[in-house]
Amino acid sequence: MGLEFIEGNEAIARAAVKAGCRFFAGYPITPASTILGNMLELLPPVGGIAVQAEDEIAAIGFCIGASMAGRKAMTATSGPGISLYSENIGLAIMGETPLVIVDVQRQGPATGSATKGADGDIQFARWVTSGGLPIIALCPATVAEAYELTYRAFNLAETYRTPVFVMSNKEVSMTCEVVDLDSIELPPVANRPRPLEGADYSPHQFRRLEEVPPVVDIGDGHATRYTTSTHNKAGYLTADPEVIEEMVEHYAAKIESVADEIALYREDLQEGAETLVVSYGVTSRAANVAVHHARAKGRCVSSLVLQTLYPVPQRILRRAMQGVRRVVVPEMNLGQYRYEIERLAPPGVVVSGVNRMDTTLIAPAEIEHRGQLS
Amino acid sequence: MSVAPLESYMRKTDALPFCPGCGHERVLKDLDKALVRLQLDPKQVVIVTDIGCIGLSDQYFATNGFHGLHGRSLTYATGIKLARPELTVIVLMGDGGCGIGGAHLLNAARRNLDLTLIVANNFNYGMTGGQHSVTTPLGGRTATTPGGNAEGPIDLCAAAAAAGASWAYRGMTHDADLAERIEQAIRHPGFALLDVWELCTAYYTPRNEMNKREFMNLLTSSGMRSGLLVEKRGAEFGASYREWSKSVTPPQPILLKQMFASSLDRQIGIVIAGSAGQKVKSAATMLARAGVISGLDATQKDDYPITVMTGHSLSEINLSPTPIEYTAIDDPDYFVVISEEGLKKTKKWIGRLSEACVLYGDESLSIPGTRARVRRLPLAKLSKEAGKLSLSTAAVAAIVADGKFIEPQALEQSVTSFQSPKVAQANLKAIRAGLAALGQPASA
Repeated sequence: MGLEFIEGNEAIARAAVKAGCRFFAGYPITPASTILGNMLELLPPVGGIAVQAEDEIAAIGFCIGASMAGRKAMTATSGPGISLYSENIGLAIMGETPLVIVDVQRQGPATGSATKGADGDIQFARWVTSGGLPIIALCPATVAEAYELTYRAFNLAETYRTPVFVMSNKEVSMTCEVVDLDSIELPPVANRPRPLEGADYSPHQFRRLEEVPPVVDIGDGHATRYTTSTHNKAGYLTADPEVIEEMVEHYAAKIESVADEIALYREDLQEGAETLVVSYGVTSRAANVAVHHARAKGRCVSSLVLQTLYPVPQRILRRAMQGVRRVVVPEMNLGQYRYEIERLAPPGVVVSGVNRMDTTLIAPAEIEHRGQLS
Repeated sequence: MSVAPLESYMRKTDALPFCPGCGHERVLKDLDKALVRLQLDPKQVVIVTDIGCIGLSDQYFATNGFHGLHGRSLTYATGIKLARPELTVIVLMGDGGCGIGGAHLLNAARRNLDLTLIVANNFNYGMTGGQHSVTTPLGGRTATTPGGNAEGPIDLCAAAAAAGASWAYRGMTHDADLAERIEQAIRHPGFALLDVWELCTAYYTPRNEMNKREFMNLLTSSGMRSGLLVEKRGAEFGASYREWSKSVTPPQPILLKQMFASSLDRQIGIVIAGSAGQKVKSAATMLARAGVISGLDATQKDDYPITVMTGHSLSEINLSPTPIEYTAIDDPDYFVVISEEGLKKTKKWIGRLSEACVLYGDESLSIPGTRARVRRLPLAKLSKEAGKLSLSTAAVAAIVADGKFIEPQALEQSVTSFQSPKVAQANLKAIRAGLAALGQPASA
């Protein structure tokens, strides 16, 4: 297409349409509102529906209903809205509902600073709902990545029948950058698995725990069922502990078993490096500069930038930490993803954070100095 | 091929799970009768429920079923119906759901999407131990109103009507014509509400006298009416949405081709500090695009108060011959102040500027002490020459003339290619004024 100068939220909306999104519901909230605005203009011309709901609970409720009726669906909000989505995200996990949730993070807690960036919702996304079952969360660093990862989020949501978070940040979503969207390499569009014709159908049928059940959408030839309550494979209420256990293990296994397979990351490891910087999102851009600067001074430093935050790419993190003595994790929060790294770090490896939660970006020099890269 | 008519839409399973004498059974059986009269394809019918004893209902039907969160059934139903307008979507809620989901009830009534809502209204929460709900009568005794309910009940039909519902009916499980009313509601091409009063024999009737006669007394004492209370034609939301959205066209992308060269050899940061209404954001975008058509990478972010038409307006632009990683501007190269509000917002920042920065402003602004090199930019003169709305554009042109990091022609191109002719004309004038504005060298 050519170069454009657009903000992250526009890239997110256009990626959604490209991935096949045909339903969007949202509720205005800075810094996510321009996704709603873009979707309202982009969806009708392709036969899609975009609506503003009466509140965030309705917005995600609309999306869940539309997804179960066969439309690829997305909603977008910021931290306060994610709080209101919480219970319905649990329902989406229970119903194995494909759904893309964009969290354009802003400074919290509560109302915080509406127009200021943060990465304060990282663990919130992972533990967003009661029960603690896993979800998938991707985190873009640039406008181009916001496009790529939103597109991929749809493929993951459909393939694994699960809610998928795109963890943006005001600093990505409301910053304009130069992009050529057509030059971004994307996999083919993926759709939810379908049952073989004539086969008996249940909405949650699986043999192996990690198998993703094929789905027939509401209105497509089987009377089907979904429920927020513990249920069997046919979607009927159950209180049988054996059935409940099998279902819960299935919800977890289908996500956790593919952690390394679906992981997206950029690895830049140096032989003999004593320090590894693990970063994500907009902060990874400052980390790149810091690592580059330290290397220019002759220091050996490795870098791992994660685009997939959840499920935690454990094998990739363990491999990157082999042989290093220190791991530095810069984050625009008080240290959230650092917990995931601390629990995976080999004995003796020191994991430390460079943290800032004052609405400003962490500067490269701050990572270099406080992280003792040089 | 003729198909034998369906005799029931209920699954042939065990008996219904409700307490003896509970009104829910009657509601379900009359819903079934209504569906039999309508002879809809069960695969094209969706029964949506939420929490409460009535929420157990969907799984006794051989239709599609959806059992969601407390009070949220209308939201799932809305998504389903918008996604597939051909489906018949019926929602069953309790009076509890009308409290926690009250906003959805009012908005469904207002929106007039073609949904049918049956409220199985037994005046208390049956599933959790008989607590009071938004429909518990004044004085009603429940688990949470031991002295009697001091809150008055909501008139669901009147509330829905006030919100714009196009069909509302109040009846009781004793009514002989309930099945016909449900059928009518389903046939109604818009949002239809049935507020069906019934007995909760587990909790409400043991604590309160409640029977057919008391229902009538309650109608009188609460000033509510029964029967078909609203029936009107209104625009159905789904149909209106599909019609109205035909006129929506997506904005055309603005494509930027390199047309100019730039001698810039490092990343520079430019800050423009002005006020709402000074088109600071547009001028910043004009500059960034001019950079892009000069082969540079660019970023832009803006800062302004939530009340967008007052206060400061601040834009930060990076330009670089190599890809930009870090987008914040900690040590700006060019800093333009064009209003008192812009100055107020950036005072602390100005105090931190280094000698490498050039600060542009004029004597009308009391610029605080700074290490930056200050250049006088005649704002009043520029504003007069360029027009008030194009002051930011003129200021940007002035620093381009001074800093020489892109060709002035790139700015003109950015205006003529990407702005509407009327705006471009004014901005071209402003660019010329800006380019001529700076006559003297920077003072240390």
